[in-house]
Amino acid sequence: MKKLNGIKLSHRKNTENCAVADMPLPSVVRIPMSMHMGAPCTPLVKAGDLVAVGQKIGDCEAAFSTPVHSGVSGKVKSVGEYRNAMGNVSKLIEIETDGEQRVSEEVKPPEVTDKESFIRAVRESGACGLGGAGFPTHIKLSPKTEIDTLIINAAECEPYITADYRELIESQEAVIGGIRLIKSQLGIKNAKLAIEANKPEAIKKYTELTADDASIEVITLPSAYPQGAEKVIIYNSTGRIVKEGELPSDEGVIVLNVSTTAFIYRYIQTGMPLVTRNLTVDGNAVGEPKNIRCVIGTSFREVLEYCKTDVSRVRKLIAGGPMMGMSVPDVDMPVVKTSNALLAFTSYDERKTSACIRCGRCVRVCPLGLMPADIDRAYKIRNIEELKALKVNLCMNCGSCTFVCPANRKLAETNQLAKMLLPRK
Amino acid sequence: MSENKLIISPSPHDENYLKTSHIMLHVIIALLPALVAGCVIFGLRALALTAVCIVSCVVFEYLCRRLMKRENTTGDLSAVVTGLILAMNLPVTLPLWIAVIGSFVAIVIVKQLFGGLGQNFANPAITARIVLMVSFPAAMTNWVNAFAYISADAVSSATPLVLAGTENAELPTYLQLFLGTTGGCLGETCALALLAGGIFLAARKIISLAAPLSFIGSLFLLSLIAGADPLYQILSGGVFLGAFFMATDYATTPITTKGRIVFGIGCGVITLVIRQFGSYPEGVSFSILLMNVLTPYIEVLTRTRVFGAKEAEK
Repeated sequence: MKKLNGIKLSHRKNTENCAVADMPLPSVVRIPMSMHMGAPCTPLVKAGDLVAVGQKIGDCEAAFSTPVHSGVSGKVKSVGEYRNAMGNVSKLIEIETDGEQRVSEEVKPPEVTDKESFIRAVRESGACGLGGAGFPTHIKLSPKTEIDTLIINAAECEPYITADYRELIESQEAVIGGIRLIKSQLGIKNAKLAIEANKPEAIKKYTELTADDASIEVITLPSAYPQGAEKVIIYNSTGRIVKEGELPSDEGVIVLNVSTTAFIYRYIQTGMPLVTRNLTVDGNAVGEPKNIRCVIGTSFREVLEYCKTDVSRVRKLIAGGPMMGMSVPDVDMPVVKTSNALLAFTSYDERKTSACIRCGRCVRVCPLGLMPADIDRAYKIRNIEELKALKVNLCMNCGSCTFVCPANRKLAETNQLAKMLLPRK
Repeated sequence: MSENKLIISPSPHDENYLKTSHIMLHVIIALLPALVAGCVIFGLRALALTAVCIVSCVVFEYLCRRLMKRENTTGDLSAVVTGLILAMNLPVTLPLWIAVIGSFVAIVIVKQLFGGLGQNFANPAITARIVLMVSFPAAMTNWVNAFAYISADAVSSATPLVLAGTENAELPTYLQLFLGTTGGCLGETCALALLAGGIFLAARKIISLAAPLSFIGSLFLLSLIAGADPLYQILSGGVFLGAFFMATDYATTPITTKGRIVFGIGCGVITLVIRQFGSYPEGVSFSILLMNVLTPYIEVLTRTRVFGAKEAEK
């Protein structure tokens, strides 16, 4: 089977041997009511209220949303407004921690008797895709079509990030348990644990662990970015093509991030909702790059300082990986459910963009076979028919085209801008 | 409060460090063997002519951008490449002022008037060669023998392709053709040097071999079918120079592999047709120029298939 295009990146997995370290509790946490895709939550607490660990502090009626919980015990200082890096505004709850970490009475293993109660439990856990995209997990787990394969995404194809890798190494019971749990609850026959070739130790371990279980297969993905992209990982591990306008479930597949899988297992065991987050902290501004576990709502500043970073020297801060992560405008922004990495750099030189020389490198590297150079031209003259014909709507913004462009054209960005010109269906 | 202004930019925040000027530098390096071969075969005047072409191309590029009030782009080295390739396409005896006219045509008319780097639809060096060939036919076909500069032999000569069309002429051997010790333009005769440059570019992933291989391959096969000596056909004239350095020009050839193969085959067909049936002995330049013109159409017909895309509703 022909694998899809990909680019070779230097992995820079400097923190792969750094065991996850628990960060000390911050004095204040700031928890936004919208941390990922879906409707924002409405705060359930008000200033002055006492909250406990695991207590639900925000929820929403909409199906496409997940509740928010507190990771600390303490007193609600304020309920205010918050503008995230995308520019979206939601409510934000600020909690002063009391250091006692009193666990809420709400925290108890959920009763799971059938598929429906399982999915309800997953929703109550506040789970969303922990790989960075943040798709609400309970929606993913309730497809309308029959699913025969569960793919566990452990590609972690972005440079620097090792949070999922540490999960693989440190939480083998939860990963395997999570796969078995989801498989049995949803009645899925097969599971594939897809790991990129640059993690040989994890591949070896899990091949051994699943040797006696024919229904779980460990798949080695080629070490080429972007293996973790949903359509790419589905094709490279099952040969199925998720067509334009389709969901993975239309092809009988669900893709779940490995950390999400392990989290669901733990939640069903303990009832502790999603209130902490593992993330990789790296970049040349960071004194001690490492993997940490912190309470959701901890400020990036405290995370950086914990990792011995001189925050005044940071010029570029990225939430997520260098390829698809987002520029952080303010070091005081909080860690959210989808923060899988925090990269801090002391400099960032933006090279000048020059004319397209039509070398075709962007076309060669696009995993989906798009033609970014042509899209760039069509976008310039706002040729919407041409943009439609070039299928710019399928671009997943992996950034490979911009990465390889010798003229440093911002092709991936142009693709996103071009998408906005297309008429909404 | 805000002790640091963080830099905000869209993803990706990483890049590889291959720039346009690096690509051009690779092409320059790849042409050096051919230049050295030209100097050995035709004498140091080859170097002087090349220098004139390069300097005049860079000066025209600079003046043109200045006059058009656009950013100076001489730093991308594309003008150096154009000058170098143009020189490779000229006979060593060409008066220097004619070479300057060639540079003017290449840089000002073909490249900058259409918008500069990447925007031109025709290959600047090829077009300049053709303009000079039509305008100064005598000067452009004033061939000399290899090593004429150190021997006392008769100076004027003919190219292998002219000889092939002449009855009872003594043809050069394959080895002579391969080493380039024959009459011809200063950079096109030595197939060995051009091949070395082409392999270097392909190995460094600067060019794809789709167009050169389909060009040379189709010319070889068609010559075989047409009854011409196929090896003689591909080793003589500007085939190697054209295939590796001009049929691989980014701006004027198709962007996809499929398109490049179509382009190369087209070049092979037209070259053979001109050589066999045309009034010119050589057809490489015309074939590339004609295929340059067809490139936008080839591109539309050879687009990539987008993964999982559904056909647009009619």
